[in-house]
Amino acid sequence: MKAKIKNSLPPLAMIGPSVVWLVLFLVLPLLLVVGISVLKRNGYGGVEFIPSIEAYKSLLSTDYLKVFGSSFLLSIETTVICLVVGYPFAYIIANSSEKIKPFLVLLLMLPFWINSMIRIYGWNTLLRSSGIVNHLLISLGVIKIPIEMLYTDGAVLLGMVYDLLPFTVLPIYTSIEKLDPSLIEAAKDLYCNKRHVFTRVILPLTMPGVFAGSIQTFIPSLGLFYIADMMGGAKTMYIGNLIKNQFMSARNWPLGASLSIILIVITLLLMRLYGKVGSLDDMV
Amino acid sequence: MNSENVIVRLNEVEKEFDGVKVVKKLSLDIKEGEFLTLLGPSGCGKTTTLRMIAGFSEATSGEIMLEGVDVSGLKPNERNVNTVFQNYALFPHMNVEDNIAFGLVEKKVPKAEIKERVSEMIKLVQLEGLEKRKPAQMSGGQKQRVAIARALINKPRVLLLDEPLGALDLKLRKQMQLELKHLQQKLGITFVYVTHDQEEALTMSDRIAVMHEGVMEQIGTPDEVYNHPKTKFVASFVGESNILESYVRSVDGDLLHIDLEAGKAALHAKGFGVEEMIYICVRPENVKLSETPVEHFSIRGKVIEHIFAGSVVKTEVELLTGQILKVASHPNDDHVEVGKRVYVHWRPKDAIIVHTVEEQIYNVIEQTTEKLYKEMEGVDEGED
Ligand SMILES: Nc1ncnc2c1ncn2[C@@H]1O[C@H](COP(=O)(O)OP(=O)(O)O)[C@@H](O)[C@H]1O
Ligand SMILES: [Mg+2]
Repeated sequence: MKAKIKNSLPPLAMIGPSVVWLVLFLVLPLLLVVGISVLKRNGYGGVEFIPSIEAYKSLLSTDYLKVFGSSFLLSIETTVICLVVGYPFAYIIANSSEKIKPFLVLLLMLPFWINSMIRIYGWNTLLRSSGIVNHLLISLGVIKIPIEMLYTDGAVLLGMVYDLLPFTVLPIYTSIEKLDPSLIEAAKDLYCNKRHVFTRVILPLTMPGVFAGSIQTFIPSLGLFYIADMMGGAKTMYIGNLIKNQFMSARNWPLGASLSIILIVITLLLMRLYGKVGSLDDMV
Repeated sequence: MNSENVIVRLNEVEKEFDGVKVVKKLSLDIKEGEFLTLLGPSGCGKTTTLRMIAGFSEATSGEIMLEGVDVSGLKPNERNVNTVFQNYALFPHMNVEDNIAFGLVEKKVPKAEIKERVSEMIKLVQLEGLEKRKPAQMSGGQKQRVAIARALINKPRVLLLDEPLGALDLKLRKQMQLELKHLQQKLGITFVYVTHDQEEALTMSDRIAVMHEGVMEQIGTPDEVYNHPKTKFVASFVGESNILESYVRSVDGDLLHIDLEAGKAALHAKGFGVEEMIYICVRPENVKLSETPVEHFSIRGKVIEHIFAGSVVKTEVELLTGQILKVASHPNDDHVEVGKRVYVHWRPKDAIIVHTVEEQIYNVIEQTTEKLYKEMEGVDEGED
């Protein structure tokens, strides 16, 4: 019996710290959020300890459904644009010569080293009425008065695409890299022109990468709030902003918490889908 | 050679990668309907040669003609050849049928005809019942058949095969060798076959081109290559052989008496002078052992071991010089005991003189210079 305890100690010692870490920083906060979501709000930015599903009920109002709708729309737009821009990008990197490939991959990774909020602020300087782009256009005589570029839905979309593009490109790049070059030669040998090599062989075989890239773009795009804040001037409300507002300004914690729970559930469902698609990888 | 039935002609083809020549001055005529094998060790330039014929890579210099037309600059899909790749290169997202139909779909052949030809092809390579399988669900041998069917269905004038049986186990490989050979004979399509397995080359080929470090050292029928290797490399690479260095002691008609380090020997050959250094090749099955001396021979050695290998007994004999001689004999023959001293000999017609490449080049230079000198002398005499 003693020996058994002795044997089981080292593994416990090894997983112990990570269990403590997970409980402290994941499980407890999550329980807190779930807890708050089923309590009654008090007007001063807190909760009363009275069970209530009021928050969830109010989510069904058309206003909030609209927010969900516009969030999903933005995320879908972001994902599609990222795919359209990202696929050729990934393809070019994967097929570039061994000399410049590391450099291109570095360029792709570089943004990760700078806080995303700072980079978005950079766009702010570029696009605002007195910003660099407007300055340039005016001094070139293209326009007379500054164009309203910042604080539009287009600017939000631009910011989202900019921020999430690497998440789309990386999985696609990996799947193109993995592609056996002799398959492309085989296609050429069997009379394919360049376009058909792509549509009949390369694209179908890199679909797992496309799926992975889409989901890795779509999931974070749902929760991003500061891009809409900084580049959209919070004109259109998205889920991320809504949640933030419930905690920071509207002081409706249960509503914010229930929105978070819904977002987490959606994310988990998408992750599941991702897992399924991931196993597609083995089939191909 | 009749140039009309030459279907592939390589003329002084060279290929360089980063300044390193991996195929050197390769000239080769491949005849319509023949089974030609490029044989050589790994890295000697076989795949590179095949890829130049297929159009996947361009020759650095020289020309490649297909059906009498220079194909430099033509893309793979513009050449009337198809390739069976080293690792099959089947499309993993398509089933057997779709893989085989791939080329025909691309050529926009009518659907009904595709269907008919695919099922014909599936029958030909004996894959009935596996039509809907994906490559991942098939064995190596089955994938191999799909790869062959996928190429053959396009009715190419030339089929290029790059070590197609390399990944199969020995038994399956032997069986597929025969099947492929029969298929080729039945269809009459020219096969250019790459392998590093000399036995495979000898079994299947009409002609074998032996390559070594980018140079084609010999081309000929399996019989010519095996029984009359021109170079030391060919002799040692194709089949088992004993290569011995020797000097010509005296010439007696076409019987050459030679001195080896280990003793005296003799062989039939013409055109050699006394004191000339030659390499000779004797196949293990032609080496005889006896306990008493034999005329013209005085090579002695000691039997090291007998290895029973099914249909042959492989014997190793250590000569006085320390060189090991390989001897092969029938299991029913009498075998000298291990450790005993023996006399080594062979029938004079069974030893072959081989060269190193350098010597061959040297010989060619010498002959041309001689010819030149003679011509010049002729001119001089004429003027006098
Ligand atoms: N794309 C390439 N770039 C550089 N060197 C290559 C390339 N392809 C082949 N080689 C070199 O050329 C030589 C011949 O290769 P290959 O034709 O594949 O030999 P084999 O098929 O006879 O084994 C090898 O030394 C190989 O390293
Ligand atoms: Mg090879």
